[in-house]
Amino acid sequence: MKTNQTIKVEYLARVEGEGGLKIRIKDGKIADLKLNIFEPPRYFEGFLRGRQYSEAPDITARICGICPVAYQMSSIHAMEAVFGLKQSGYLRELRRLLYCGEWIESHILHAYLLHAPDFLGYPDAIQMAGDHPEVVKAGLKLKKTGNEIVNLLGGREIHPINSRVGGWYKIPPKKQFLRLLEELKWARDAAIDVVKFTSTLNFPDFERDYEFVALSHPDEYALNEGRLISSKGLDIAVDEYEDHFEEQHLRHSTALHSNHKGFGAYHVGPLARYTLNYDKLSPIAKQAAQDAGMGTTCNNPFKSIIVRAIETLWACDEAIRIIENFEMPEKPWVDYDINGGIGHAITEAPRGILYHRYRIDSSGYIRTAKIVPPTSQNLRTIELDLYEFVPPRLHKSKDELTWECEQAIRNYDPCISCSCHFLKLDIERD
Amino acid sequence: MNRNKKPKLAVWKFASCDGCQLSLLDCEDALLDFAEVIQIANFPEASRAVIHGKYDISLVEGSITTSHDAERIHKIRRQSKFLMTIGACATSGGIQALRNFADVTRFNAIVYAHPEYISTLNKSTPIRDHIYVDFELHGCPINKLQLVEVCSAFLHGRKPVVPTHSVCMDCKRKGNPCVMVAHQTPCLGPVTHAGCNALCPSYNRGCFGCFGPKETPKTSSLAKKWQDLGASNDEIMRAFRGFYSYAEPFRKESEMYED
Repeated sequence: MKTNQTIKVEYLARVEGEGGLKIRIKDGKIADLKLNIFEPPRYFEGFLRGRQYSEAPDITARICGICPVAYQMSSIHAMEAVFGLKQSGYLRELRRLLYCGEWIESHILHAYLLHAPDFLGYPDAIQMAGDHPEVVKAGLKLKKTGNEIVNLLGGREIHPINSRVGGWYKIPPKKQFLRLLEELKWARDAAIDVVKFTSTLNFPDFERDYEFVALSHPDEYALNEGRLISSKGLDIAVDEYEDHFEEQHLRHSTALHSNHKGFGAYHVGPLARYTLNYDKLSPIAKQAAQDAGMGTTCNNPFKSIIVRAIETLWACDEAIRIIENFEMPEKPWVDYDINGGIGHAITEAPRGILYHRYRIDSSGYIRTAKIVPPTSQNLRTIELDLYEFVPPRLHKSKDELTWECEQAIRNYDPCISCSCHFLKLDIERD
Repeated sequence: MNRNKKPKLAVWKFASCDGCQLSLLDCEDALLDFAEVIQIANFPEASRAVIHGKYDISLVEGSITTSHDAERIHKIRRQSKFLMTIGACATSGGIQALRNFADVTRFNAIVYAHPEYISTLNKSTPIRDHIYVDFELHGCPINKLQLVEVCSAFLHGRKPVVPTHSVCMDCKRKGNPCVMVAHQTPCLGPVTHAGCNALCPSYNRGCFGCFGPKETPKTSSLAKKWQDLGASNDEIMRAFRGFYSYAEPFRKESEMYED
């Protein structure tokens, strides 16, 4: 490529939402780089005011059609924090099961349909299926297994309806859960193959010293509960989140950018969870990771596809464990009293931590709401990755470099609908 | 349409959550068969390859909320032979149409530190308000089986079979006890378009209207029934002011119960 040029991706494909990238190169150096988010704003935090606390799970689910369960879980846990409610026993286990379903569905959607085509040089999974039909078919079947968990427990895969503050509207009969077991066991085996398959892909030699941030729980691979920890020593309760993290509003983005005060950009999602919580993975997931040549940490964002595969395997294993120990709770939900107050929650969406905070009045009305989605926490990190990724690759053709930049962004499975919407790459060279 | 050529499909996105277009990728069993008979020519969420128009069939997700989008939809109409809107946002303005009942500048100040960076319209409006739409498929999210049915009807040149009755009919068919009668749970089922297979009542909760108003809904009678069940004016207003708040029958009914 010429030393003065602009790389432009008008509309970044295979991500959820609308965004672009513009890199201006001058004298062989990056003069300017912007991940441009033009997803139109939708104002959830505005119109949640004046709604009842019980409506938040269904309303916030509509922020993202890819990870509605995450929004339901974070909002429900935040409301339960206001009312002093703590889930235990099998009601709590069922929430983990629902989340496992979403992780499987979302991770496989990304690994197979959105990310793998980059590594194999196809514009999309359908064309990839022409040459690798069995790979794509197995991926679709695996994705479907995740969706079936969400379907059964949530009622439908997109915007499920069965979760509520206190528990569930209805718990389906045991035999319907047991019916999922056979497929989940197939899925667990298939996921081992996915880990193998993804580990054979070619990865650019690219690592950075990230500050990884994830939820961590003493007894389990954290989904809904735990403390927020980081690879640089942070260890806080979820209600201290805003003391340590802030959001900035930049001109080129309808998504806010997050910042760890005093530290800067940070990294959330599969790589962060894997690195911080490796010891909590189940033996089968650890074994597969080891067989794939993965260490106990991972600093190469391109390898997030392997980590998603490992987490998918873990989620299948965890779902099997939960279903095998099925016990019907006495009642689908626990009762509680409505009182006013502030509640915070962080849960692990497939793409990383999702923070919700609500202030509720004594009649149960939402007075203020704050939502920090995972993608807006990763936006700055994505930009910083590109600052390091692009310069050593300027000798490549513009088309090749543009595609590689897109791939570097897709490492994060960015969900711009959440953070706002879609990506557009725009590389400008003077 | 040239019968020897695969029809070209495009998927377009406006203000939305991406869930309705995801329904296409969620057709796991049918996806590859679907790609056998339809050329996926422009679908950025799934592919970086773009084949230029004209498109035989365009699926439009999302509502119009910016002046740029209000222009863009006209270009899409010009490139599309058959244009179908999918989901609550595209067919009614969606949940983000709640701004239509408030002052959007106030919302801007709540969400963004620099409201002056944001360019947005005062209202979130359905696609139909801007261009001619050939077919509307409802739901928040849409039912993927209905999506497959409409596309297949289009391919065969026949009318799609998409029921227009209320959720109540589906409840009766499934043998669900009525949640309003049996548990006094307020339910929007009698005025809501079918399509979810009576999902919420099957899970012991009242319908919250995510497929929008059915044809000729008697919203006022239902609201009265809710009052009899003890619902407050505010509850009734919020019920109609949900995912289809800007669809006329729901909008009007919600306004009746506004303070």
